[in-house]
This record gives sequence, structure tokens and C-alpha cells, in this order.
Amino acid sequence: MPIGDVLPEISLTLGAVAIVLFASFVRQRQHHWAAVLALLAIGLGAGLTVAQWGGAPRLTFSGVWALDGVALASKLVVLVAGALVVAMSPEWMRTDRRHGEYYALVLFALLGVIMMASASDTMELVLGVLLSSVASYPLAAYHRGWAPALEAGMKYFLIGALTNTLLTIGVVVLFGLTGSTGYPDIAQTLATDSDRLALTIATACVVLGLTFKLAAFPAHAWMPDVAQGSPVPAAAFLTVIPKVGAAVALARFVSLLPPDVASRAIVALISVATMTLGNVAALRQTDVRRLLGWSSVSQSGYALMAIVVLGVSDQALPALVFFLASYATANLAAFAVVTHLRGRTALDDYRGLARHAPIAATILIVSLLSLVGIPPLVGFFGKLMLFRVTLDGGYAWLALVAAINTVVSLFYYLRIVAPMMFGNHRSAVHVLSGQWARATMAVAGVLLIVGGLGAEALSLFTESIRFAL
Amino acid sequence: MILTAALGLPMLGALALAVSSLWTEATARRFAIAVSVLPVLLLAWAWRQFDPQGALFQFVEEVPWVPSLGMSYRLGVDGIALAVATMSALVFSASIAYPVDTKHQPRQYYAWMLFLQSVSLGVFLALDLLLFYVFFDLSLVGMFFLIGRWGHGQAQFAAFKFFLYTFCGSLLLLLAIIGLYLSVEPHTFDMRVLIEQQPLAGAGMTAGLVFLALMLGFAIKTPVVPVHTWLPQAHVDAPGPVSAILAGVLLKMGTYGIIRIPFAMMAETFSRYALVIALFAVASILYGAFVALGQSNLKRRIAYTSINHMGYTVLGIAAAGALIQDTGYARELALVGATMEMVAHGLITGALFLICGSFWQRTEEYDLDSYGGLLRQAPWLTAFAVLASFASLGLPGLAGFVAEFHIFAGTFGVYPWLAVIGVLGILVTAALFLQMLQKVFFGAMPERWAQFEDLRPIEWGVLAVLSAGFVIIGVAPAFLLTLVEASATLLVGGR
Repeated sequence: MPIGDVLPEISLTLGAVAIVLFASFVRQRQHHWAAVLALLAIGLGAGLTVAQWGGAPRLTFSGVWALDGVALASKLVVLVAGALVVAMSPEWMRTDRRHGEYYALVLFALLGVIMMASASDTMELVLGVLLSSVASYPLAAYHRGWAPALEAGMKYFLIGALTNTLLTIGVVVLFGLTGSTGYPDIAQTLATDSDRLALTIATACVVLGLTFKLAAFPAHAWMPDVAQGSPVPAAAFLTVIPKVGAAVALARFVSLLPPDVASRAIVALISVATMTLGNVAALRQTDVRRLLGWSSVSQSGYALMAIVVLGVSDQALPALVFFLASYATANLAAFAVVTHLRGRTALDDYRGLARHAPIAATILIVSLLSLVGIPPLVGFFGKLMLFRVTLDGGYAWLALVAAINTVVSLFYYLRIVAPMMFGNHRSAVHVLSGQWARATMAVAGVLLIVGGLGAEALSLFTESIRFAL
Repeated sequence: MILTAALGLPMLGALALAVSSLWTEATARRFAIAVSVLPVLLLAWAWRQFDPQGALFQFVEEVPWVPSLGMSYRLGVDGIALAVATMSALVFSASIAYPVDTKHQPRQYYAWMLFLQSVSLGVFLALDLLLFYVFFDLSLVGMFFLIGRWGHGQAQFAAFKFFLYTFCGSLLLLLAIIGLYLSVEPHTFDMRVLIEQQPLAGAGMTAGLVFLALMLGFAIKTPVVPVHTWLPQAHVDAPGPVSAILAGVLLKMGTYGIIRIPFAMMAETFSRYALVIALFAVASILYGAFVALGQSNLKRRIAYTSINHMGYTVLGIAAAGALIQDTGYARELALVGATMEMVAHGLITGALFLICGSFWQRTEEYDLDSYGGLLRQAPWLTAFAVLASFASLGLPGLAGFVAEFHIFAGTFGVYPWLAVIGVLGILVTAALFLQMLQKVFFGAMPERWAQFEDLRPIEWGVLAVLSAGFVIIGVAPAFLLTLVEASATLLVGGR
């Protein structure tokens, strides 16, 4: 067995196990050391991933596991984002009795997402989706004594159960159709001849299953509740990280389909519906966390644009990964600020924040502007690349829809910015004591600017990635 | 390095103001004024060094930024850019020096002003399409915060409307820029390459769409009727100096953009639609003038004259882009006129909006009918208002006349009928300014203005500088004409 190929994943698993044991035997007051353990495991995983970089794209473990640029790049994005989530958590979780286990769940969920991104086999894909789902449900409902958190967890679970079932059905139909679960075989069989109706059903089921993790229409409904009700660091995790894995998995799956299946049109429609719905729903929110949840839905719609033009524009995959990285940074920065502000969520409470907490307010504004795509922040380059591949691929109408949506999104992001800058409020601003959340917020904020000014480094990194298939 | 310094120094100044909380109002103000003057001096120096016989773009600087995308930090100027940039820097210095109520946040106010100065200069100095877009967008952000935080009336609403409306234009622009970028092999955002290669010539539908997106984006910014509706609200609720910048500098980004991008890079497509553009320009001229005449709000009235004046500029550009046989000289005249109009309008309307700011500081009242007879009470204010109004209505001997003369002389050679209709605009403008002056400064003075103060030394000092600018251009325009003509000849004749 080529164990060396999955060393990053092994380090995450071992880290998670170590954390579970650590949390069982150590006093609750010492549990923040579990965060350090988690960071070490993630750091080790990231280091090992970097060590795998540069090899020719290939499949390993009898073809179920892809070791290509896309998998590695998205793995790095996921790991860095995971590290940020872990780093913003300790103070938030300090009072929770089960503080330590939280980090183990985060690591398991990360592992699931990485499996989604790397799966080159439908069974492996199901495994990744299920692992990340199972580890995510408790994350969403971690404050189980609080009704909104339970509601969020419940909604997440129910939608997840339904869509995971659909995914499995799709995989089974596909297996019946091709007699195989490995992507290379599936692609080969589909290319020659197959039952188009069954294939359409299978495709629909798999795509639906993945829209759940992507928080895209029609399985997006859990996102706003989770963003609002879950612990803020968990919300940061769930709005960002599963998306990365799901988007890459979807791209991998779509690239298998023969051209006569209207997968482009389907994905384009989902993309338009998702971005429009997310934006329209976000317009009138008065709760910042919920608003960020809806904005996260709309951002999935943008990401899907790159999947639409996959195979038409040669830069589609780099654009996808770059956009996901830029989105992850901005959204994590925003949630880190909210964490730092102890989950402050009503829009009215943000009035006059710029005077009382200038640094937090600045970082929040920068992250929102990056989500809009204002240059020279990293979000601008993400959107630029998306627009570029979409136009290059001949989908000008899609780019225009996305541009209109971006203007709409500017409105609700400004609805957060304006009271912070223009409002007057005398009350004190309560923040988490301690340096974890504050430092995370600062790091993410700096990454937004540095990532924009140093976009070249990021784009060199993603420039030549492609699937192993 | 001159150009980088010109836009970098204000940015550094803004950062210095933003990060430290040790500034008092007086030191922040003095520091901001000092920093804002530096770009003026640097650009004036560049002006002296500029070689009218030389290449189109001079002082070129190039540092790779995202080479894999074909994007670089490229700066450079031709005569048109240099003239507009220098004017912009000057209007910024004047606005920053002009006294204003900073609402207990002087440090933030001056930081945003310097930031805006830096990015606005960036728009005019950029030689890279994407860099141009970066600065173009950042100017919206700066303006949003300035209007929203330091405006009056419905300031937040005005700021929102401004940002959203003009951001629409920006995104269209971005899509068009990507379209241009994809049309050239190897893909690049380098303006010089795009101007030289004219990549979309004969590209039919694609060229039409890219051109439409570009023109819509710039028309919103300029603004051209019918996409001008963001302008009055933004102007009325912005503080005086910010209005001066909005009218004097930000509107120029639209017309400058038209010259730099669709006019220069898509000459063939531009010529095909030049008549349509000219028709819209004439509509702007007449609409702006007549609507301004109907306004009883001082600031609104001046805001609408901006639409009228930018209409002249667009008319000039449209005439210059019409590839009609044997009109080379007329087209060059029109382009020179358009550029002169940009410079003149920046200085004149900048001064007029600063004067509006003085009114607001004293009375918080813009209603023309509530004023009267201020001549006695405030002779200095009257003098500068009369001078700027006359300049704006195109009195010979002042900058507005030189510009409009060039535009109409040029347009007459290309579209004689449109020129004739357009001249009507000047007539209406004259009426509306004279009526405004008469209402505010002559007649009986209402009792409530008995305490009305005349201009303070700093105010008339600033106005004197701007006025000197448009008087000198009016009397001895040669220094500006040689600069602009050099580039206009290349842009018009070289094609």
C-alpha cells in the first residue's frame, strides 16, 4: 500500500485521535492545548502536502485517490482555512464542557472534505461526504442547550440526510450503468454508449447531493440557519470549508460526463439560481450572521461559473481554486471579527463600531469589500479570474448575470459597513478576552491584502493544475 | 519615478494619518495640505520635462504585478493624461485646504481625502487596463466614505446611491476590459499594446458588445443623459470640497476613460458609433442646461451644469472619433477642445462647488430665493462667484471659452448641425448663471443674512489659485495647448 501518498490525511487522523484522548484525561481548563495539538496536526498535514507538490498528476490506491494539482491545491486551501478556524475557537469554546472534543470534530470534518476533493471513485466520494457531514452535524449544534443552535443542527441534519441519500442513489445507479465505481472506468464506459435516461437521473442525484455541501440551490436552506445559530467558529467552518471540497468534487464529476449530457446548462442554471437567490434573500436581513450565511450561498453560485466552463476554458480549474481560496480568506476574516466581538449579530449593534473598535471594524470592512471584489483585495482577483474564464468560455450572459448580482451584493455588504462607519453609538464594545481570536482576525485581514498584492504567487501556484484523469 | 511619487506620496500621507491617533485637527490639516501639494509640484515638473515631439507615452514605469495574467504596475502619461492629472492634483490641494466641518474626525477626513487623491491620480496615470480599473474602483470607495460620513442632508442615501450606481458602470467596464484582454494574443492588459494593435477591429458582434459595455460604464461615470441620475443627489449632500472633487476630478475619469480606451483602442468601432455618441452628448448639453435653469437649489443648479459641460466634452470626443474624410484637422481641434474642457471644467466647477461649501458653512441653506444682495455684505465672495460663473458660461478670456471654441470649431467641421444645436446650450448656460448671480448677490438683502461673513483669507486664497488657473488658461493657453496638441495629433492622425 502506498501509505506515503496519504500521509497528510494520516496526520489529521492521528491528531484527531490524540485530541480525543487528551480531552478525556485532561481538566477542562487545559483544553485549549487541544487547539495547539490540532494546529500541529494541520501544520504537519500541510507540510506533507507541500512535499507532495510537483509530481505528475496520478491516481493512487488502486485508482480511488487522486494525487493531482487540483487535489493538492484545494487540500492546502482547506488546511489553511481549517487552521484559521481552529485558531479563532479557543476563547469562544472556553466555557463549553466539551471544549477539547470540538477540535477532534474539526479535524474529522477537514478529513472528510479533503476526501471529497481527492476522491476519484464514487464510493470514496460518498465516504468523504458522509464523514464530513457526520462530523459537521454536531459542530452546528455544539451549544446544544440553545434552541437556535439545535434548530440549525436539526435543519442541517435533515437536509443532509435527504441529499446524502440522493447522492448514494445516484452513485448506485451509476454503478449499475457502468459496472464500476472508479472515475477512469466510468468516463470510459460513458463515452462509448449508455442509457441516457439513467445517466441523467444519476447525474441529477449526484449533483443534488453535492449542492448540499456546496450550499447551492436547491439544498442551500441550512446555510443561513447554521450561520446564525451555530457557534461562530463552527459557522465559519461550515460556510467555507465543505464548499471547497464539494466544488472540486463536482468539477471532477462533471468532467467525466459525455458532452451530450446537458451538464453545462444544468450547472449554469444552478449557478444563476444560487447567486440570485442568495443575494435577494440577503438584501433585507437584519442579522449579520444570517446575512453572511446568505452571502455565502450566493458566493457558491459564483464558484459554479468556473465549473460551467470546465473544459472550454483551459484556466477554469485554476480560477475555481483561486476563487475558493479568496472567498475562504474573506469569509473567515469576517467570521473571525464576529467571533472576536463575541458573536455580536444584530445589525443595529454594529452602529458606530468603527470608533470603538477601529481595528475589528476595518478588518470587517476589508473582508466585505473583498467579498464584493473591490481591488486590490484578493477577492477581486478571484472574481476577475472567474469572469475571465466565463467570458473566455463563451458564457458572456452568465458573466453579466454575475456582474449584476455583484452590484446587488454590494448593497447588503454596505448595509453592514454604513452603520459601522457613519453611525453613532455610545455603548461599550465587548470582545473576547485573550489573543486567539484577535490574532486570527488580524492574520486573515492581512492575508486579504497581501493575497491581493501578491496575487502572482497564488496564481503561479494554481496556474498549471489539472485533473489526474 | 515621478509618477509613482505623485500618487504614492498622498497614499503614504493617508496611511500616516490613518494609523496614528496623535494628530490634532490643526496638525492633521497642515500635514494633509503639505502632502497634497507635492503631487502638483511633481506633475508640474513632469510637464516641464515632457517632450511634445516625443513618443505618445512618456515617463513610463513598469513593474510586474501579476505577470501570469499579463497585468503590471504600468504608469505613463501622454499630454492629455498629464494635463488632466495636474489639474486634478491642483483641485485636490485646493479642496483639502478649503475649510470644512470635519465633524470631530479631522484625521479620518484628511486621510480619506489623501487616499482619494492618490487613487484618482492613479486613474489618469495608469497604462495598464487592470491597474486603471483598480484605481477607478478604489475612487468609488473613497468617495462613498467621504459623502456618507461628512455629507449633510440624506448623506447615507446619497452615498449608497452613488456607490451602487457607479459600481454598475464599473462592472460593465470590468467585463469589457476582460473582453479586450482576451482579444489580444498574448493576453495582456498593456494599454500601449492594445492601442497599437486595435485588436477588435472588424470583430463584428464582439466588438460591438465590448464597445457598448465600455461606453455604458464611462457614460455612467461622466455622466451622460440618461444615466446621470446619481449625480444631483450625490452633489447636493456631499460637503463642498468633496463636491468639488466629485465634479472636478471624478467626472473626468469618465471622459478620460472614453479617450483612453474605446476611442484609442477601438477606433474603427468608435467611428461607426460616433454619431450616436454625439447625439447623446447633444442631449446632455441641452438637458443639463435646461434642467439647471429650472433649479432653485444653488448646488443642484451647478451640479446640472456639470452634465451640460461634460456633454461638450463628449461631443468633442465623438467628433474627434468620427473617421470622416478630410476632417483630420477638425477632429484634432475637437479632441484638443475636449481635453481643454476637462481641465477648464475641473478648475471652474471646482471653484464653484467650493463657493457652495462656503455658503453651507455659513448658512446651511442652498435655496436661491432665500438669498439676495450679498454683494455689499460679502464683496470677495461675490467677486469670485462672478468670475467663476462667467468662466463657466464661456466668457472669452477665460478657460471655458478656449475649450468650447475648440470643441465647436472642431465639431462644426464634422457634424455641423449638431454643433449648431449644441451652441444653444451655451446660451441657456449664460442665462442660468446670470440669473443665479442676480438672485444671490444683487437686489435687496433679507434681514437674516445681516451676520453673513465674507470669505476668510484661506478661502479666498484657495479660490484665487483656482481662478488664476482658469484665467491664465483663458488668456495664454499656449502652454497647455502645445502639450495637449502633441498627443491629440498622434491619437487622431496616427490612426
